[in-house]
Amino acid sequence: MKLREVKEILDADVIVGAEKLEIEVKTAFGADLMSDVLAFAKSGSLLLTGLTNAQVIKTAAARNIAAIILVRGKQPSSEAINMAKELQIPILATKYILFETAGILYNKGIVGCLKKVESDSLYK
Amino acid sequence: MVVWNKLKITVHTAETENYLYKNSFDVEGGNFNNAGAVSTQVKSILKNIGLPNNVIRKAAIACYESEINIVSYARQGVINLIVTPKTVEFDIADEGPGIPDIELAMEQGYSTADRQIREMGFGAGMGLYNIKCSSDIFNLTSEVDKGTFLKIIINIP
Repeated sequence: MKLREVKEILDADVIVGAEKLEIEVKTAFGADLMSDVLAFAKSGSLLLTGLTNAQVIKTAAARNIAAIILVRGKQPSSEAINMAKELQIPILATKYILFETAGILYNKGIVGCLKKVESDSLYK
Repeated sequence: MVVWNKLKITVHTAETENYLYKNSFDVEGGNFNNAGAVSTQVKSILKNIGLPNNVIRKAAIACYESEINIVSYARQGVINLIVTPKTVEFDIADEGPGIPDIELAMEQGYSTADRQIREMGFGAGMGLYNIKCSSDIFNLTSEVDKGTFLKIIINIP
């Protein structure tokens, strides 16, 4: 799915990265714990989160996240916006809660980075 | 060997004759605005060297969590990076409170993080565990009221 379609189905505002809406995404990960994002997210995924500070952007960069979807109507801090511009990571903001955001994307064919956390699923 | 003194932390790494890249990065304790800057830089260096994605990912995780730890708990620290044809190695030293019980600190979910750290999305007690799982060799030593030293080696397949 193109990021443009993600924006449309989530009725999201594009805060950063209007020029990157043609990128293709297939997987997503949702968390507010950045250590879990580092451990479990896959490269090229969407990150669904309610955390709005610059650390989210740096974590996303460390983990090659394709784009960040801020849920529950959250707005990014100005530091986060500047960091996202610098590291060229799109930020979209939706009013849907995390659960609904995930459900809408799942219905349209986006799948999780992994199904379950097994003892050997870390860092694979 | 780690030499501690008040203003400078020096890490003496065994001389690796055949290195592709070697550099040292300072990390300021308590400066949350800058947390992650070194890791972002290290990641792009490893990418430029042309290492496999899997190795870059592990190194990025290990370096980033270590940097967050220095910023969160120590006064100052240093991250030394050495890349050889077979390994990515980090020697990470900080000057700070140290870790009284390393076994406990290694447990998933154990954390002494304060509110500021948790607001950043860290401090859930996963950091050291994440570093260990990303590394092929992980060696953590610490001296209370002095600091912590971490040796990480990630093999390049």
